[in-house]
Amino acid sequence: MSLQLLTQLVVGASFLLYIGIAIASRAESTGDFYVAGKGVHPIANGMATAADWMSAASFLSMAGLIAFLGYDGSVYLMGWTGGYVLLALLLAPYLRKFGKFTVPEFVGDRYYSQTARLVAVICLIFISFTYVAGQMRGVGIVFSRFLEVELLTGLLIGMGIVFFYAVLGGMKGITYTQVAQYCVLIFAYTVPAVFIALQVTGTAFPQLSFGSGVTGDGTPLLLKLDQVVTELGFPAYTSGTKSTIDVFFITLALMVGTAGLPHVLVRFFTVPTVRDARISAGWALMFIALLYTTAPAVGALARYNLTTTMQTGDVGAPAGNLAYADRPEWFKTWERTGLLGFEDKNGDGRVQYYNDKNPEFVAGPATDYGWKGNELSVDNDIIVLANPEISNLPDWVIALVAAGGVAAALSTAAGLLLVISAAISHDIVKGMLKPNISDRRELLVGRGSAAVAVVFAGYLGYDPPGFVAQVVAFAFGLAAASLFPVMLMGIFSRRMNREGAIAGMLTGLLFTLGYIVYFKGVFIEPMAENVASNWLFGISPEGIGGIGMLLNFAVALTVSRLTPPPPPEVVAMIDDIRLPEGA
Amino acid sequence: MTKQRFWQAHLRLLAGCLVVWFLVSFGCGIVFADALNAWSIGNVPLGFWFAQQGAIYGFLAIIVFYTWRVGKLEKQLLESLAQESEAGDGVSTP
Repeated sequence: MSLQLLTQLVVGASFLLYIGIAIASRAESTGDFYVAGKGVHPIANGMATAADWMSAASFLSMAGLIAFLGYDGSVYLMGWTGGYVLLALLLAPYLRKFGKFTVPEFVGDRYYSQTARLVAVICLIFISFTYVAGQMRGVGIVFSRFLEVELLTGLLIGMGIVFFYAVLGGMKGITYTQVAQYCVLIFAYTVPAVFIALQVTGTAFPQLSFGSGVTGDGTPLLLKLDQVVTELGFPAYTSGTKSTIDVFFITLALMVGTAGLPHVLVRFFTVPTVRDARISAGWALMFIALLYTTAPAVGALARYNLTTTMQTGDVGAPAGNLAYADRPEWFKTWERTGLLGFEDKNGDGRVQYYNDKNPEFVAGPATDYGWKGNELSVDNDIIVLANPEISNLPDWVIALVAAGGVAAALSTAAGLLLVISAAISHDIVKGMLKPNISDRRELLVGRGSAAVAVVFAGYLGYDPPGFVAQVVAFAFGLAAASLFPVMLMGIFSRRMNREGAIAGMLTGLLFTLGYIVYFKGVFIEPMAENVASNWLFGISPEGIGGIGMLLNFAVALTVSRLTPPPPPEVVAMIDDIRLPEGA
Repeated sequence: MTKQRFWQAHLRLLAGCLVVWFLVSFGCGIVFADALNAWSIGNVPLGFWFAQQGAIYGFLAIIVFYTWRVGKLEKQLLESLAQESEAGDGVSTP
């Protein structure tokens, strides 16, 4: 059976599974549609949260990103896991105790203000749409690479599947499909990782391979990797090139942003009790950690594998590089897709892969060796995609990786679409326009807005306006600077009032957005070159959400002290969510 | 235990957990990473290990520990509230 047919079969089978689950768990009421009837087991919710959280970017791109960034890639590892501590300790249990349906609803009730609720809805829709466009594009790319269908066809199939279970099943349908999707994606991620770890270091646990000796040499992997890459002019793998303050603030923005992302927060509304919300956050992090502790190992192993495949002998020796004619089979496969490219700049028929951005190395050793520039172009995504082939795994593993990539993208897209539709039907229609709408009609509006959101997200994924790709990476900074602080202060400060919260949210959002636009030029030309010497305190636009958050806190605390305190019934509500059920 | 003392004990627990959260990630993984790289754990430089592995294990441990401790605190509060209301009932019944 050809690989393509096998892949289509495996991906097709996974779709049948998702559709079956969606039919079995249809939403009957708005409670089912928004929060799965608050009856999800904490372990199931943990898995669903993990699938919700880990997007196409985590599955396909992160290991590759770390492989080429080395230590600097740690910002993603710590940033995208550390936020779960904040969620479990500071937000999730209280939101569950509050016991309603959406994040803006909490903001509106706590700050006794429709304006605050509206600002929260706007932040939520803005963050979610930029994020979902990336997911839909991920679905299209996985389809077109593995199944060799057109991007548009792939996108339409993906939209059809999400449409089916998000519109029909709402949160209930999404939750149980996400459980299945987590199982598919974690299996697809870890199996090739185990084999590549065995192949390179002889250790079956990728997590332990960092310190294990590489086959044939016995030098520990990281030590060997530092040696190999520095000989080629790259910075050492274990030490970064970003400044400490920048790494600090990027990590902070990602962590806090994680805790402020509405599609993650809303998952904790679905469990039966407050205690379950905490337990569930622990399980979610456990399931996420399985992938997130494997990814850096995959990155290091793959970087070593790639470098030594190209540099077969001593650096600088004429025969020390891979002869293009002898390239392995996977090299040819991925060359065809354009993810891997070779250009023989010095005409010796061999692949020179080195850092031609390092002026000292180019002027010194590279000139002595007769090298005329780096000849290999590598796309980040190849690290995960090509792993099974590099380790000579059977075709069904490759098919499984394709299904895993699709699962990761679909699960995240569905979660985001649901929070968008809930914000429209519950916060805008029921909360502001038609408070007396019946449960049945609200459910209908919810389904309708989910359908519209799917179509709109599909359009964004097919033809993303230039700014979407740029803003997607900043969704975290915006969430960190806007939603997280108002929720945190809403729980931990009895004095925080409507005026403070609105002023804080707007300050954080505008400052962060302004700084990003200033350097990245969304809609307009950048106003300053995006280099460290121009940055405020040396913090890049990726990390500025951390400063935005601090500004939000400062403004909110100041404004709230100058304006009247919240009414007694709100203070009573704060006291209530701080206590366990039954107290 | 009163509701107020419960909340204060809870805040102390939170503060402790957040200090550890900060130390394993921002401390060992970022600010002191270069200094810690002088040592190694299983052939991996220690600062690098914290940044790419250790911090995540630390986060998991914090959530498990917190969930266990706060569960005990809540149980204590609910028990003392139950005793109080029994005692209270006794007084209010003539």
